[in-house]
Amino acid sequence: MAEEKNKEIPQDESRRKFIRNTGYTVGGLAVGGILGSLIPWRKDHSNGSNPPSSHEQNFNQALMYFTPEQFNIVEAATERIFPADDHGPGAKALGVAFYIDHQLAGDWGFNAREYMQAPFYRGEKVQGYQGRLKRRDIFNIALQEIDNHSMQVYKKSFTELKGEQKDKILKDFEEDKVNITTISASGFFQMLRSATLEGVYSDPLYGGNRNMDGWKMRNYPGSQMAYADVIEKDFTKIKPQSLRNHMNH
Amino acid sequence: MARKLPKTDVVIVGVGWAGGIIASELTKKGLKVVGLERGRERKTEDYFMVHDELRYALRYDLMQDLSKETITFRGNERIRALPMRQYGSFLIGDGLGGAGVHWNGHTFRFLPYDFEIRSKTTERYGKNKIPAEMTIQDWGITYDELEPYYDKFEKTAGISGEENPLGGKRSDKYPTPPMKKSPAMKMFEKAAKNMKLHPYMLPSANLSQSYTNPDGIARAACQYCGYCERFGCEYGAKADPVVTVIPVAKKSGKFELRTHSHVRRILHKGGKATGVLYTDTTTGEEIEQPADIVVVTSYVFNNIRLLLMSGLGKPYDPSTGRGVIGKNYAYQVMKGNAIGFFDNKEFNTFAGAGALGVVLDDYNGDNFDHSNLKFIHGGGISFTQTGLRPIQNNAVPQGTATWGKEFKETSLKYANRYLSVGAQGSSMPFKHHYLDLDPTYKDAYGDPLIRITFDFEDQDRNLAVFLANKSADILKEMGADHIDSLKELGPYDITTYQSTHNTGGVIMGDDPATSAVNNYLQMWDADNVFVVGASAFAHNSGYNPTGTVGAFSYRAAEGILKYRDKGGQVV
Repeated sequence: MAEEKNKEIPQDESRRKFIRNTGYTVGGLAVGGILGSLIPWRKDHSNGSNPPSSHEQNFNQALMYFTPEQFNIVEAATERIFPADDHGPGAKALGVAFYIDHQLAGDWGFNAREYMQAPFYRGEKVQGYQGRLKRRDIFNIALQEIDNHSMQVYKKSFTELKGEQKDKILKDFEEDKVNITTISASGFFQMLRSATLEGVYSDPLYGGNRNMDGWKMRNYPGSQMAYADVIEKDFTKIKPQSLRNHMNH
Repeated sequence: MARKLPKTDVVIVGVGWAGGIIASELTKKGLKVVGLERGRERKTEDYFMVHDELRYALRYDLMQDLSKETITFRGNERIRALPMRQYGSFLIGDGLGGAGVHWNGHTFRFLPYDFEIRSKTTERYGKNKIPAEMTIQDWGITYDELEPYYDKFEKTAGISGEENPLGGKRSDKYPTPPMKKSPAMKMFEKAAKNMKLHPYMLPSANLSQSYTNPDGIARAACQYCGYCERFGCEYGAKADPVVTVIPVAKKSGKFELRTHSHVRRILHKGGKATGVLYTDTTTGEEIEQPADIVVVTSYVFNNIRLLLMSGLGKPYDPSTGRGVIGKNYAYQVMKGNAIGFFDNKEFNTFAGAGALGVVLDDYNGDNFDHSNLKFIHGGGISFTQTGLRPIQNNAVPQGTATWGKEFKETSLKYANRYLSVGAQGSSMPFKHHYLDLDPTYKDAYGDPLIRITFDFEDQDRNLAVFLANKSADILKEMGADHIDSLKELGPYDITTYQSTHNTGGVIMGDDPATSAVNNYLQMWDADNVFVVGASAFAHNSGYNPTGTVGAFSYRAAEGILKYRDKGGQVV
């Protein structure tokens, strides 16, 4: 049966207990690496370790890359990909559009760690992406095209459409039914879908998965020190923790 | 002009498992070793924030920066090879420890059949069983000859496991007992036993208990945190070169490790290497490191690339089948698998360890009769519990929408309610699968990229479906309510992750006409050059390669010492 663990154990205490229970011993050559990584976590922080209260401003929720108009389209589209329902919040409340905005402003948006040298040729599907455009360029074009397509079909901006109408526009992208010469409509849709799931389920430090609600909906415990005591058990519900928890030690 | 440094006994190109093992073994014997590593230093403390799926699993924090260097790929010679611009099919490691840092820790031995594959296949089925284009050959070594080196690697790494009932003979048991068993692993084991199969605990480099190895290196037990492959281990519980062999080499005082040192050429004269030329990636300076012995231990692709760029060894020519450097590139057939969805059972699949699992070899190697099958060899079938991290693991039954309300609801429902059973299919070499230098695309230093010419063959297509069906049968016995399994393999696609088990290109054998290195990993064409790694595999088996790479590395270290004493070919 489900049980909730670690509920009332202060984190520092649980870490000490963890070190005790797992039987780490000093001595031998390579243990230094382990201790070296554990000891700095145990510094006492008597202040500043409380999580921010909910009425504090979330300074992370501002735009690094998108225009407000682009941001609204992304927020509306990702909410259709991962909608709010009885299980919990959707992409919008989870901060997915902020997540994507922040990602486009950095390495990912610039394809910084990918091979972007010429010459560029159209390849076979199995050879992967061969375009010269970076993700941020693709978003710029695609968001404009989403709105263009929506005007063409419904005579309205994408953000003004009803839910099923938005789905129809997105489906046209998914199935390459929109004629765009510069980018692949379905390629963009898959990128948007993947980015949405990243925003829903990545650590909250990136701006999505707000309040770890993405994880809570699927009973994912986030970042835990150890599962040595649950691995042999039936399903066990564990209160999630994020990487931020590690900073408090 | 390159700045010339004082000569050293041995220079090692790439400090991962192979380079680390060889450095530790040679420095123990008093040799002066310089290790050149193109990436940066790594240590256990780096992984304080390692439970970050986005950074490590999706943004590839530990992997080679593709903007500087990648590979090019084409399915066959009629197509233009194009660069792998983004990661997909395999992940190339970078930095100290190389791919040995981001691996899962599955540490198998190949089967006796593997090392004598052509002889044994012909003996049992006749020579017509082997298609004309399939270039399998015996490895010039037997399992029994290699066994002591497997044993040595397993003891260094502290492998946790139990005997494979269908494997080769062992001289000793594993140094640590098997890992813990999750309820889902027990289900797989029970189902397999009901079906008269032979399941055993997957041999794991994750450490079931704290362990001190023969070099005096102590490490703590795995905590089943669920962040292993693509991640580094914050406990040092997962054996990797940085927490096992490299400290031994460093402690000797005979090992000089130079990171940010990108080797670009092996220098040679009259069939003997004189040293290597490398670039300091922080300054751009070109440096020459003279050495008596050159050991090439980078990942498969750069082992071949470096030899070809240096003009060492005879390049393979696919039109004639002659030449050896780049020959017999092989991979892994990973898509033969099945997913079982359980409506009324929930599992702790968020927890796990890279090498936590149960595996069986009833359909691996030649452990079953192939007389009526249209393929040779096979694959290990396993259930592994490596930790289902939430961005990348959202399986839904086939036919379910992939986005929107239905997807959300179904993916949440099954988040902790599905189990995958899958096979690691072997990969046979073919005459037209090979590695050479790309004529067009260059790396950040202006050197040509390596080019892969490879596609799946009938052998692979038949094998994948066979293994998928066997996997689905096991899931059925496990009581899954709904099972999806592979129906058709399709072409090799570089965009979807399959396996970082690329092999071949500098293969081992007993004949200089058909192989590049002898069974001590010594080049036939240059006595003082040893090329070590999965590049020496004449084909790839139905197992993870690292156990065999480790064994080869110990074998090569011995060969280097023999060469040091007597010179010439050591076989």
